Amino acid sequence: MSVALTVDPSRERPHGRLFWALADSGNVTRRYLTHFLRQPVTIAWQLGFPIISVLLYGFVFGEAMKVPGGGDDGDYKQFLMPGMFVMTMAFGFMNTAMAVVTDASKGVIDRFRSMPMAPSAVASGRGVADLVVACAELTILAATALAIGWRSSGGLLDTALAFALLLLLRFSLIWVGVYLGLVVPTPEAAGGLYAVAFPLTMISSVFVAPSLMPDWLAPVAAWNPVSSTGTAARELFGNPGAGGGTWVEQHAVLMAVVWPLAISLVFLPLAVRRFKALSR
Amino acid sequence: MNGDGFAVRAEGLRKRYGDKDALDGFDLRVEQGTVHGLLGPNGAGKTTAVRILSTLVRLDSGHAEVAGADVVREPALVRARIGLTGQYAAVDEILTGRQNLEMFGRLFHLGARRAALRARELLEQFHLEDAAEKGAGQYSGGMRRRLDLAASMILAPGVLFLDEPTTGLDPRSRLEVWDTVRDLVARGTTVLLTTQYLEEADRLASRVTVIDRGRAIADDTPDGLKNTVGGSHLDVVVRETADLPAAVRAVRRVCAGEPLVVDVERRVQAAVTDRVRALTDMARTLQDEGVAVEDIGLRRPSLDDVFLRLTGQTSGTAAAPGTTAVPDEKEVAA
Ligand SMILES: Nc1ncnc2c1ncn2[C@@H]1O[C@H](COP(=O)(O)OP(=O)(O)O)[C@@H](O)[C@H]1O
Ligand SMILES: [Mg+2]
Repeated sequence: MSVALTVDPSRERPHGRLFWALADSGNVTRRYLTHFLRQPVTIAWQLGFPIISVLLYGFVFGEAMKVPGGGDDGDYKQFLMPGMFVMTMAFGFMNTAMAVVTDASKGVIDRFRSMPMAPSAVASGRGVADLVVACAELTILAATALAIGWRSSGGLLDTALAFALLLLLRFSLIWVGVYLGLVVPTPEAAGGLYAVAFPLTMISSVFVAPSLMPDWLAPVAAWNPVSSTGTAARELFGNPGAGGGTWVEQHAVLMAVVWPLAISLVFLPLAVRRFKALSR
Repeated sequence: MNGDGFAVRAEGLRKRYGDKDALDGFDLRVEQGTVHGLLGPNGAGKTTAVRILSTLVRLDSGHAEVAGADVVREPALVRARIGLTGQYAAVDEILTGRQNLEMFGRLFHLGARRAALRARELLEQFHLEDAAEKGAGQYSGGMRRRLDLAASMILAPGVLFLDEPTTGLDPRSRLEVWDTVRDLVARGTTVLLTTQYLEEADRLASRVTVIDRGRAIADDTPDGLKNTVGGSHLDVVVRETADLPAAVRAVRRVCAGEPLVVDVERRVQAAVTDRVRALTDMARTLQDEGVAVEDIGLRRPSLDDVFLRLTGQTSGTAAAPGTTAVPDEKEVAA
C-alpha cells in the first residue's frame, strides 16, 4: 500500500523553480495560519491586545490629551485611532521575529533547509501569513474604532490608500522581524526586543503630536517611520492632528511610502545574508 | 547509486570555527544498507560532520558524496535523497502529529493527496496513530522523537542522518527509538548515527567510526572496538587501601587484560573475556587471599574505556578521577 516515494525529478521539471517557490511559500503560510486554528487563544490575544488598547487609551487618556488645533472632546479619539492602527502594525515585527527565532532554535529551519524545498519560502511564507494576520487585525481594529465613534471623513479611495500604507509598513517590518529572529539566539532573548519596540512606537506621533513634545525630541518623533505612516493615515482619513510644520509632516504620504521601501531595501538583503550565513 | 557500495564517502573534511578546527581532516565511509555509528565525546565534531553531509553547512575543504551526489556541487540532489534528524526534535509543536507530517510531505512536493496518504502510513509505522490528532507539544520525549524520525522518512530516503537521537530520552523511549532504527534499516535505509554511548553504537551499528577533535581515530566493528578495550571489565573495590596490591595480584592471575587502578576509589579493574568465569574465579581468589571486598562486579566498556585505550586519555565526558594505568605491581605497593 506504500505510496511511490522516491522523488522523481521529471515530476519536478514541468513546473519551474518559480512554481515551487510559490507552492512552498503557500504551504508555509498555511502552516502558520493553521497555528491560529489550533490555538484560537492566540488569535484572541493577538487581536485582543489592540482592541483593549483602543478602548483603554481612548477612554482613559481621551479627556486628558490634547490635539494640536483641536478643541472639542472626542478629537483625541479621532486622533488616536490611526495611531493605534500604526502601533499594531509596528509591533507586528515582534511576532515575526518570535516565530523565526522559535523555528531556528528548535531546528525547524534546519529541517526546512535540509529538504528539497525553496529556501525563500521559509521567509516568504511567514511574510504572507503576517500580512493575512495584519489584514484581520486592521479589520477588527477599524470595526472597534467605528463602534466607539471614530470616523474616516476621507473618500473611499483615500481610506483604502490609508489602509494600504499601513500594510506597506507591516510588509517592510517582516524583513526586520526575519532578520532579528535570525540574529537573536533564543526566544527568551527575543522578548527583550520589546525594550526596543516600545520607545520606537512611543517616540512617534502615535499618542502625541510631535509639535507638543520638547524641542529636542520633536524631530526624532517626526522623522520616525511610524509617525510618517500615522500622519499619512490621519491625513487620508481626514482625522485631526495630521498637520505639523516640518517637511516630513508636510510630506507624510510620500514618506509613508519612502520609509517602508527604505526599510525593506536595508533589511531584506540583511535577512537574506543572515539566512545564507546559517550554512557558514 | 554509488558503484562502490558506499552511501557516504567523505575525505579530508575540514571545518574551522574561529581558531578552532571542528573537523580536521575527517574521513568516513558508510556502507550501503547499514547502520554506521559515529562515536565521540561532546565537542568531537559529530554534529559538524552531520551538518556538512546533510548540506546544512559548507565545508572549508575536503570532498563528500552522499547517496551518490556531491554535497557541494549537487546539494539539491543530496537533499532529495536524505533524511535528517537533528540533535533536537525539529517538529512544529503547535500542529498535530498528522498536520506536521502532512505539512512536511507537501514541502517535499508530494502533493496534498499523497502527503496525506504518506502521513497516515508513517503514523502507523511509528505507532503514533493514537496521538495523531494531538498537538506535538503534548508528546512525550520519545513520541516527539518518533514523529521527528517519521518526518525524516517521508521520502523514504536512501540515507538517514541521526544526530544523537536518544540523548535526553528516558530508557524506555531509548529502546523505542532503537527498535525504530532497526526497523528502518530492515527496510533498506542506510543510517549514520552519532552517539556518545558505546552501548548504543554496539546495539545498532555494524560499523563504528570513533571521532576525536575532528578526526577519525578508529574505524571498526563494535566487536573489534570492544576487543581493543578488552570487552567487559571486572571491577573490584577493596575495603582497605592496604589490600590494593593483593587485589592487583589476584586480578593479574584471573583476568586477561592489564589492570587499571583508581587509588582514591580503592578500585581495580581489568578486561575479561569469559565474563561469568572471571567473576566466580575472582571472588574465590580474593577470598583465599583474605582480601575484604566492598564491591565486585562486571562492567560493560564505555566510550571512556575506548578513549583511554585509543588516545591514552579519557573522553572528558565522564572521566574517572585519579585513574592510573599500572605499569608495575611494586609501584602500587609503594
Ligand atoms: N557554529 C559554531 N560556531 C563556533 N564553534 C562551533 C560551531 N559549531 C561547532 N563548533 C565547535 O566545533 C567543535 C565541534 O562541535 P560539534 O560538531 O557540535 O561536536 P559534537 O556534535 O561532537 O558535540 C566544538 O568545539 C564546538 O564548540
Ligand atoms: Mg552534537
